[in-house]
Amino acid sequence: MLSLKNISIEHPKTPLFNISYNFEAGKFYCILGRTGAGKTEILRALMGLEQLSNGEITLDDENISNRVIWKRNMALVYQQFINYPHLNVLDNVIFPLLRQKIKKSVARQKAISMLELVGLSELADRKPSQLSGGQQQRVALARALVKDARILMMDEPLVNLDYKLREQLREEFPKLIHQSPDSVILYTTTEPKEAMQLADELLIIDNGQIAGHGKPHDLFENPPNLAVAKVISDPPISFVKGHIENGKLIGSDGTILQQSGLQHIANGEVQVGLRPDALSLGGELTSRVVLTEINGSETIVHLNFSFGQAVMLLDGIHMFEADQKINVSLDTNTIMLFSLDGQNITKESN
Amino acid sequence: MAEIRLKNLAHSYNPAHQTEQDYALKPLDLTWEDGKTYALLGPSGCGKTTMLNIISGLVKPSEGQLLFDGQDVTSAPTSKRNIAQVFQFPVIYNTMSVAQNLAFPLVCRKYSDKDIKFQVDKVADLLDLTEYLPMAAKKLTADQKQLISLGRGLVREDVNAILLDEPLTVIDPQMKFELRRKLREINKRSGITMVLVTHDQNEAMTFADEVVVMQDGRVMQSGTPEILFEQPQNTFVGYFIGSPPMNFLPLKNDNGILTCDHTGFSQKMDKLPSKDQYSLGIRPEYLKITEQQNASFGIAKIIQIDDIGIDGIITLSFEDGPHIKLKTRDHKSLHLNGIVGLSMPPNKSLIYQNNNLISSNI
Repeated sequence: MLSLKNISIEHPKTPLFNISYNFEAGKFYCILGRTGAGKTEILRALMGLEQLSNGEITLDDENISNRVIWKRNMALVYQQFINYPHLNVLDNVIFPLLRQKIKKSVARQKAISMLELVGLSELADRKPSQLSGGQQQRVALARALVKDARILMMDEPLVNLDYKLREQLREEFPKLIHQSPDSVILYTTTEPKEAMQLADELLIIDNGQIAGHGKPHDLFENPPNLAVAKVISDPPISFVKGHIENGKLIGSDGTILQQSGLQHIANGEVQVGLRPDALSLGGELTSRVVLTEINGSETIVHLNFSFGQAVMLLDGIHMFEADQKINVSLDTNTIMLFSLDGQNITKESN
Repeated sequence: MAEIRLKNLAHSYNPAHQTEQDYALKPLDLTWEDGKTYALLGPSGCGKTTMLNIISGLVKPSEGQLLFDGQDVTSAPTSKRNIAQVFQFPVIYNTMSVAQNLAFPLVCRKYSDKDIKFQVDKVADLLDLTEYLPMAAKKLTADQKQLISLGRGLVREDVNAILLDEPLTVIDPQMKFELRRKLREINKRSGITMVLVTHDQNEAMTFADEVVVMQDGRVMQSGTPEILFEQPQNTFVGYFIGSPPMNFLPLKNDNGILTCDHTGFSQKMDKLPSKDQYSLGIRPEYLKITEQQNASFGIAKIIQIDDIGIDGIITLSFEDGPHIKLKTRDHKSLHLNGIVGLSMPPNKSLIYQNNNLISSNI
């Protein structure tokens, strides 16, 4: 439905390079990447706020690259909760409809049902300043949804909200938004868990390029390259240096990390990705504790091995002293191997 | 460096304060040990920033005392308290180099060039900023800039504590992870008390030796991350700590026997006034899925599976009954609409009376 074809933007800080992607109607797309990777630039390009130096944007096979912003049939929810301060909640939601020349009585009815959907019916008479941050963001969402735009974009919409509100809205968003099978939803975030939870399809942006795309779980289990592996997990995946010698994986200090099964990889240096859940207590590998972080039900242990540093995520609460020596084991099924140019070479098919 | 005591402290921004609602900070008594890490955790408007401002001297409390090592500093001006503060957004001098930024507080205090160099080098080493010292500060990344803000606090030898007001807000998760670790290392190596203000439970729990959970100007509970997770003293703490929050199921009181519909849970207890409300608190992490025939906590249907990477969040529904959430690493083997058995270790089931914990380790 919505296609980006070889889009490039010359931006002094966050340029985009040759982005191509087809977005299908009725799907929720998350764009995940670090700050400055180019996520917002993609949305700005779609809206026409950035001059394309190359490529085109099509909507239903029609080139809209040069169309003015208000004729692109798009709605955007920003990081900051942008509402009209002088209008009450209901009038805030009615406003975009009046601009579309919809009859006032119809607009009012649509706005009322939209407020019901986002759970704000009882606050319809309030001014935005009398609402909490979470409520204000829901007003902005209602105003974006009510337009029935073909493309709904949300640019880190939860980033300025309290943690608990984020948790709540993350649950609510899919229910609110999957109402429109004709539109495509683009949602940017820096939080891997948020992206995993919300997305039907996930796009990873790194340095102005699409580093990977696909189903969230597939990208998590099998990241195609280092750029994806570096942002897909929270706590993050640890990387250490190693090399392959006749089907064995050997750490930089000579420790054998995997005995066999890697014959398909040529001898030579590799980068080894260790998922935080790949390490567990008890085993052959000795390490020293750098730091223990308790996160309620889980413990994040930063470990120093003779072949490098890695993070272990344990269920439950475990207390370790700094510099304590502990033995751990490594689940070789979850080891990821990357060539020096960053491609995932773990599996034979890769 | 000092022990910080907030003694019978309370604050109202309304000079004519009479009712409890007038207080932004309701009476509280806390002692923070020298050299430890603390977090003030709560939603917007819970009073955590008021508390921070009282410690730094920007706000004078309407009641009670603030003591540093037993010495009353309630009315002492900010400049005499030797408190360093790091804010949400990095405050750096853009026209200066990293070294000049770090040196600035000492230049203002007229330290000798030799002493300045010694201190700056020491702090730069602690923060891993040595190689950046000659660089223009504005060229550094957001997390490095926050380290400079922190370094300007550390460079003075007379600092009693460092207050961190949501310093990780502008930083993306990957950098946050690194910076959090860095802050902990700096605390261990420097021995300076650090107090972090945040709304993010994850940040609070991973950073602090002890977390103060606040709501509506009240301290709801103060304790180690483990205590807050295992023994939340009230339903607010149970909800606020943990993601997803603690599940609460209604309990019926039949002449001193508490029962929970759908689950088979039942518990006899003494002295249970019939007018009170009772609920059962269940952490999603302790609830387990079993074969139906082995179920000890009822049978439920899987109505949602959220895959968030390593973990899955499973939402289940009891027949015609309430929903309950469960967290597991085995989510790949589960299916939507599957009917499964549940089990729950009895010693992890907590009973609340009018939202306050009355029993644990049943």
